[in-house]
Formats: sequence, structure tokens, C-alpha cells
Amino acid sequence: MFGTAKSFGVTFAHMFKKQVTEKYPEVRKPTAPRYHGRHILNRHPDGLEKCVGCELCAWACPADAIFVEGGNNTEHARYSPGERYAKDYQINYARCIFCGLCIEACPTRSLTMSNEYELAADNRKDLIFTKEMLLAPLMEGMEQPPHPMRLGDSEKDYYVKALDDPGTSVGAERSQREQWVADHTAADSEAARLAELRDEAAVTEDEHPSKAPNLAGDPSKEVKK
Amino acid sequence: MGIEEKLPNGILLTTVEKLVNWTRKASFWPATFGLACCAIEMMATGAARYDTARFGMEVFRASPRQADLMIVAGRVSQKMAPVLRQIYDQMAEPKWVLSMGVCASSGGMFNNYAIVQGVDHVVPVDIYLPGCPPRPEMLLDAILKLHDKIMAEPLGDKRREQLEAAGPQLVPPGSMPSSYRFNKEKAAQWREAAKTGTTEQLRIRNWMAEQGVKVD
Repeated sequence: MFGTAKSFGVTFAHMFKKQVTEKYPEVRKPTAPRYHGRHILNRHPDGLEKCVGCELCAWACPADAIFVEGGNNTEHARYSPGERYAKDYQINYARCIFCGLCIEACPTRSLTMSNEYELAADNRKDLIFTKEMLLAPLMEGMEQPPHPMRLGDSEKDYYVKALDDPGTSVGAERSQREQWVADHTAADSEAARLAELRDEAAVTEDEHPSKAPNLAGDPSKEVKK
Repeated sequence: MGIEEKLPNGILLTTVEKLVNWTRKASFWPATFGLACCAIEMMATGAARYDTARFGMEVFRASPRQADLMIVAGRVSQKMAPVLRQIYDQMAEPKWVLSMGVCASSGGMFNNYAIVQGVDHVVPVDIYLPGCPPRPEMLLDAILKLHDKIMAEPLGDKRREQLEAAGPQLVPPGSMPSSYRFNKEKAAQWREAAKTGTTEQLRIRNWMAEQGVKVD
């Protein structure tokens, strides 16, 4: 008798607990920032493609899901800065295992991953994403290639400037990293306190170099003493 | 598919078709067919956090005779293929097959002699779900896309001919991602983008906006 009441009690108590069920199709909870979703082929800030058709992603792919066909840029038809571009680019999502080795292999940060995962289709053909589907949309100030290089005279200018002006891959890396750092530094009071200390130390060092407090883990100051 | 299709044409109306399809999709019992790692995600989908019971899928039936949907979760070896076919044959009509994960869809990274290169070599597949393994939301998305397909299924040959004569739709049933289909505003965006064939660009654009990047 008591046992029965106890077991019903367990069930009853759950009515007052927080609901764990996610309301998936109506409310889509954001994934972890580095979740491996479908790929994006990024563009330079002027709209030229970042892909140079080197096929390193296809070589790195353990499932043979990527097909790349390189082509030569000409004076009249330029798709990417430099010599070569990807004439055809396909990813077969019926094979892709989302391991991210292609992203590691890409030398120009052309290929990155988004967090999109709703990829199911009712035939195999729709799972093969073509270059048109993978290419990032044209954003402000971008122009549909082919067009000449607008950001410099050679491809070197593009890659040097890319540090400050990453083009569409900004969506894939920059903002996520900044968001992550912001989230974790605000929550972590210890890290914030250390950062404050460091700032103070820098100020005092500028004014009175000899009186600067010795911070652990800063070899340059230990050497001075 | 079922016995109601044997009824003479002209008796059943489209409303009845909708009702039949609705009852079919709203009590959609899956058969347990976990073969590998995807089965872990399938179990997670059935558990409290993702809870397939919200869509009337209640329990995974151990008997194929009580199941409508076979979720092939994992790689199918050559040795397992006849077993899979027999389970499929034992299921009562109407029945559907969901190929979960890349291994079931195409062999995935196991491009070798031991693995069947896609479960569609053995049974007809209604929806392919990529991912290795797909997260529970992806499985829910595939199931909801299949619901969408079932809702558009014709009842009887006459109706089938009618639908075929109407030609392909702009957004075919089962092609819109579930988070778009269940959100009126986003669904409208998707239909608009389908006119110019830029649905994938729309998806990336929306994702970038979610990440806090300024778009347009």
C-alpha cells in the first residue's frame, strides 16, 4: 500500500518539475556555435569567390563526398583572385559525415560550415548540393562574378586585407568567436578580475615602471627582477 | 496503398483523402530497426527531451506487424540486407521507410564490399536523412517532412492522375525545412525564394543574421 503511494508520488512530483522537452519545429534552439552543419563557399568582400579550385578538400574527405573541377581565370572571366577557380563544386550530403576535415584542409578559408542541419530530402539527387547552392549569398557591396579584381592588383592584396575584412566567412567564424569570448568572460568573474588586474598593471607600469606588481605567468617581468 | 483504394472511383472526396492522410500521419508508429550508432540518436529522439510522442509516434514497436514506419538507423551489411527486407515485407500496408544517416542513405564513408551502398537497393525509401549520426532534431525534421509528403498523398488512381496532371509544385511536399514550415513568416520567405531558386541562399542569409552578422 505504502509502496504504491510512493511510486505514484514520484510520477506526481514530476508535474512540478521543469519541462525538458524541446519545442523543436516551432522553436529551434541554437546549436553549439561550432556545430558542424552544411557547408558554405565564402566570397571576398567584392563578391569574388574565395575558392581557388585546389581540390585539397576533396583529397581530405574520408567519405569522398566532395567533387571539385578547377578552371582557369581569364582576363574576360574572373571568378576568384589569382589563377584558378572552382568551375564546378559539389558536395554529396548522402556521403558527407560532417567531420570538418575539408574545413581544416582549405587554405583560403573558402569552405566553412554553418549550423544548418535540416537537410533531409526524398531523393538522392536533392542531397547533392551544387556550387550555386553552396555559394554564400551576395551581401552589401558584393557583385556577382565574373568581374575584375576590385580590392587590389594581385591576389596577395586580397589575402593580406582578409584579416580585417574577411568577407562572408565573417558569418562562419568571426562573430561566433567574439560571441563565445563575450559569453565566457562575462560569466567567468575570475577571468574578468585577472583582466582588470592586468589593465591596472599596464597603467602603473607606464607611470612608475619600477613599482609594477609582479603578475604570475608573465615571464617578461620575472626576467626584469 | 490500403484497402480503401479498392473502393470505386468517385465515392471518396478530397476531404476524405485529407482525413485519411491525417489519421495516417498522426499515428505513425515506427518499427525498431537500429543497426548502429544512429540508433542512439533515434533513442534520444524517442526520449523525453525530443519526445516523438508529440507527433503521435508514441512507442517504437518491436513487431513489424504493428509498425507503419521503418527507420533504418545505421549501416546495412550485406548479411543484414535479407533480414531488413523480410521485416519490411512483414509490415502491414501502408508503410514508409526512412533511411537515417549517411550509411543507410548511400553507404556513407563505408565504401566497401561489406556494406550495402544505400538501403534503397533493398527496400523503397521515402525519405533520406543525411548526417553522421543526424542529431535528434534532424530526425524530427525528416519525420515531419515525411508527414508533409503523406498529407499530399493521393487516395486512389483517379486522384493520382489528377495530381500528376497538375504538374510539379513550386515547393514540393517534403522539401521545406520544418523550422520554416512551422513558422508562417519564414514559410512565406521560403516560397518567395523558391520562385528564383535561391532557397539555399536564404537559409545561409538567415543563419548569418542569427549569428549577428549584418545582412543587407
